[in-house]
Amino acid sequence: MSELEAGPQRPARPMPGPPGGAPAGGVRSFIWLIVLLFAVWLILTSSFHWQELIVGAALSLIMAIALNRVYQQLGMPPLTPWRLLNMIAFATILAIEIIKANLDVAWRVIHPKLPIRPGIVVIRTELQQDIAKLILANSITLTPGTFTLDIIGDELLIHWIDVRAEDIETATKLIGGRFEKYLRRIFK
Amino acid sequence: MSETVVLVFTGFIGLGILLCLLRLFMGPTASDRAVAADTACTVTTALLVLMGFVFQRYVYLDVSLVYAVLTFIGAVAIARFLERGI
Amino acid sequence: MLLEVLGTVVTGIGVLFLFLGGLGVFRMPDVYNRLQAGTKCTTLGACLTIIGVGIMEPAWFWKTLAIALFILLTNPISNHALGRASRKSGVPLCDQSVVDRTDSFMEKSGEKEQ
Repeated sequence: MSELEAGPQRPARPMPGPPGGAPAGGVRSFIWLIVLLFAVWLILTSSFHWQELIVGAALSLIMAIALNRVYQQLGMPPLTPWRLLNMIAFATILAIEIIKANLDVAWRVIHPKLPIRPGIVVIRTELQQDIAKLILANSITLTPGTFTLDIIGDELLIHWIDVRAEDIETATKLIGGRFEKYLRRIFK
Repeated sequence: MSETVVLVFTGFIGLGILLCLLRLFMGPTASDRAVAADTACTVTTALLVLMGFVFQRYVYLDVSLVYAVLTFIGAVAIARFLERGI
Repeated sequence: MLLEVLGTVVTGIGVLFLFLGGLGVFRMPDVYNRLQAGTKCTTLGACLTIIGVGIMEPAWFWKTLAIALFILLTNPISNHALGRASRKSGVPLCDQSVVDRTDSFMEKSGEKEQ
């Protein structure tokens, strides 16, 4: 099953709903989308005048109707306390890793001899939704020494500034293991 | 922020942009130049916000937001062009 | 007063990282390493600088947070696109590189796509 679904998705993008038979959201995700758009409007205008509020509400309704199909296709799972907990844990780990990554790169840049040992390796992921893979790829890009170059199916091509393992299994554990646990829990 | 601090901060940012521009002129391949331009644009976004604070102009935040959007679109467009031509 | 000192410190750290990003882009030997330095340092540097300004000027905080979030989300994506483009257009790795698994990856993907 995972082989079939994680197949090539690049050439054409008809993208059926979320895999795994999850219900396609419906009214609840529509309301979430409106709330999200309205929050963005409030932040951008940063004013609570009633005229602004009315225009913002109308605009977020129109945008939500226009964007509803795209949003449903993302396959965002419904929010539960367990998922929220995992999201907070994920964000904390990501923040720590970003700071570590920056200190690491800063040290390498300042060092007069440029201590790098670059290479390109392949890792594998078990995530299936496109949005989950996007978040994983972005997180890998922001963490110490690794940079996502390409994704095809369930494999990611990674540029590693300090190669420590060349085979797929070890590299997967070293690079993706930190995040994948939480992402799998969030997107199950 | 005192004037000295502002000068030091903008000096560091300007030096960073200058190094990016040097790479933009030297870069052996087109990809190098694209990367240097993208980095310089991101640094400029931050510089715009800082300048908005120094001059006490709220509008600079909107300028910076639009600049960030344009940087993103420009980088993706250049990447597509490098990949297979327009 | 306290907020101003805190904001200045945060902005200062961000500015330092922005400078280091520029230095990394200048010093690194090939495109991929330049992307590493460019992406990481400028993302955190720009976010810290912008949020630092938001701390110094509390009325602007939410807007600066929105700009910082936008940069945090889009900067990795655009750099990822640039990296993929340079690999597809055949930019070679630098001499210090130890391993290159691109060929096996491309072979496999070719099989899968048929």
